[in-house]
Amino acid sequence: MAAPVISRAAEQSPSATQKLTIGKALNLGLRTAMENDPKVIVMGEDVGKLGGVFRITDGLQKDFGEHRVLDTPLAESGIIGTAVGLAIRGYRPVCEIQFDGFIFPGFDQIVSQVAKVHFRSEGRLRMPMVIRVPFGGGIGAVEHHSESPESYFAHTAGLRVVSCSNAVDAYWMLQQAIQCEDPVLFFEPKRYYHSGALRAEVDTAVTPAPLFSSQVLRTGNSATLVAYGPSVKVCLDAAAAADEDGTSLEVIDLRTLSPLDLGPVFESVRKTGRLIAVSEAPANSSLTSEIAMRVQQECFYSLEAPVLRVTGFDTPYPPTKLEEHFLPDLDRVLHAVDRALAW
Amino acid sequence: MPPPEPTPMVPGSRTAAPSPHQVIEGLKATDDPRALELLTPEGERVAHPEFDPYLSDIGPEELKGFYRDMVLVRRYDREGNALQRQGQLGIWVPLLGQEAAQIGAGRALTPKDMAFPSYREHGVAWCRGVDLKDLLGIFRCSDHSSWDYQEKRFTPYTIVIGNQVLNAAGYAMGQRFDGKVGNTDEAENEATMVFFGDGATSQGDVHEGFVWASVYDAPLVFFCQNNQWAISEPTERQSRLPLYNRARGYGFPGVRVDGNDVLACLAVSRWALEQCRAGNGPVLIEAFTYRMDAHTTTDDPTRYRLSDELETWKLKDPIERVRVHLARNGLADNEFFDSVQAESDALAEQIREHCFAMPQPGPERVFANVYHDPHPVLDAQRDEYLDYLAGFEEEGVH
Repeated sequence: MAAPVISRAAEQSPSATQKLTIGKALNLGLRTAMENDPKVIVMGEDVGKLGGVFRITDGLQKDFGEHRVLDTPLAESGIIGTAVGLAIRGYRPVCEIQFDGFIFPGFDQIVSQVAKVHFRSEGRLRMPMVIRVPFGGGIGAVEHHSESPESYFAHTAGLRVVSCSNAVDAYWMLQQAIQCEDPVLFFEPKRYYHSGALRAEVDTAVTPAPLFSSQVLRTGNSATLVAYGPSVKVCLDAAAAADEDGTSLEVIDLRTLSPLDLGPVFESVRKTGRLIAVSEAPANSSLTSEIAMRVQQECFYSLEAPVLRVTGFDTPYPPTKLEEHFLPDLDRVLHAVDRALAW
Repeated sequence: MPPPEPTPMVPGSRTAAPSPHQVIEGLKATDDPRALELLTPEGERVAHPEFDPYLSDIGPEELKGFYRDMVLVRRYDREGNALQRQGQLGIWVPLLGQEAAQIGAGRALTPKDMAFPSYREHGVAWCRGVDLKDLLGIFRCSDHSSWDYQEKRFTPYTIVIGNQVLNAAGYAMGQRFDGKVGNTDEAENEATMVFFGDGATSQGDVHEGFVWASVYDAPLVFFCQNNQWAISEPTERQSRLPLYNRARGYGFPGVRVDGNDVLACLAVSRWALEQCRAGNGPVLIEAFTYRMDAHTTTDDPTRYRLSDELETWKLKDPIERVRVHLARNGLADNEFFDSVQAESDALAEQIREHCFAMPQPGPERVFANVYHDPHPVLDAQRDEYLDYLAGFEEEGVH
């Protein structure tokens, strides 16, 4: 039951800091959560021997056993539905949905049970469950493998929804989500799982930022970019490019999608007067809609331009030969910045 | 022996032909986990009184035809795999090892029947007359499907596991509602066949498909290719019992067939389709086979299964047993085998050339066919994006 890999790593390096990809940080976060609490169990398709199709659960079954890392039958409704029962029994299930587009067979259980058990039981039953969802595009996959369904869940009362954009958050936010007494949908930017460019120093000894908080990742004065998950990197790249042209962009990583923590966004917009919300999800009735509405309500007199959005289109995710059109990229973000500045 | 004459009956009522249960009892298959086999891995033809009538029209020429089918789809499959490795395709889903199951089932279907595939059914596509070139777009990620499914009677590939099973049940219900089962004139009758794998049997949609098809007596053949592995999970992770036994609980017959035996797959599929067309309701076929390659080109089976398992299954190769049977019985000579080989090489060449020549779809395709009726909001979004792209051209930026 002990975690020999971690122990060995600790022996080799007295420092609590490790340089990790997002994928490895998630793996280490899961491992740490499982070591800290024997009630944490991992369940999903191919998460055991294979270590998940993205290898996020690599080595966990070997070290924690088949009863804590369950290769489940092939049914997402079954994964979520049995996790509800396990949570009622006192476990803290961490469910892996293999790809974003495969969550929908489990949608009924998420909306009807996971989200409502606490309310229905008047708080007597808790639902401390994490549903991990690799999401977003850019991996050249076939249909159902590149979607951004987070708005459905943010729309559903009773669920908490978060998304990490970097290795430090991946490590900490996953553990915080597991510790949360409410169900958390945890959206992971799959296209950057193994990105060497996003490898970062993860200090496992610090006190992390609160889970349900947004963070300013880059300060600037000309306009504000707000994003989450894979779109954060697009915004940081855009800000770097804009900086060369003398345009100073502030970048905020939303991190929490429900509840939204828009305080840092309001503060930023009161300074810059301009906001561009960036997301791969289609814009219609989405998180970016909610952000725009709340910002116009709170920052009406500070706005120098309408809130603009750079998002996926209101279409199904296209065949991936076309995904470069669908996905927000640096050019589309900077085009929106130009429009906001020229207003 | 010719197939038994269909019993005249009133449309919509049950036939007086032997009940599925009697047929199953005759096979002693329900409690016998061994798969029905008509052509052994060594190429021996095994006589079977109940199923041989379903092969009465299969002579040497037909068997050579099945051999050709299997060699061509395997060659196609290997070419697809190679094209993915060379970066020409985004992903490939290999059918290696499942040729007999797909050709046997596919050749049992008549033009009027409908087929609902999952995503590995390249062999069934071939039998339905889909141009194999047209499957490439899915794996090149330039389209989601490009054939006329009404003309081919073969729906678009479905990727979410098990979704298509309920859809097929609904289609088959429609066939029954339209009076296309149990007619004296056999040419009037239709059936549907749906393809899925061992992993899919755990999905709620498949369970619900069993329920719907059974209570509405829908003419639906559930064709489950049990290739032993759902990515890394063995079939034991999906079921305690052999999968064909599931049918019993829903009240319709289930049969396990050697999925590497094209003749057995053909005979059992024809029998099952006959049951459906006669109005007796659904049948489950479990084609017991083996996924000889990875789940997809992104998968690495060495992480979860032993190579000697593959070696064992290679001895049961679906193509080799037909080749041995044809050669040993003097039904085909080297000239025939060489010609099929040459034909398969030519097919591979065509596939390669087609793949290299496939155009990059234009940006307007992102917005096309989301709706049938006009949608001004989406049209405006498309126009705005195309104007944005045009701005780059004006600036001379590409």
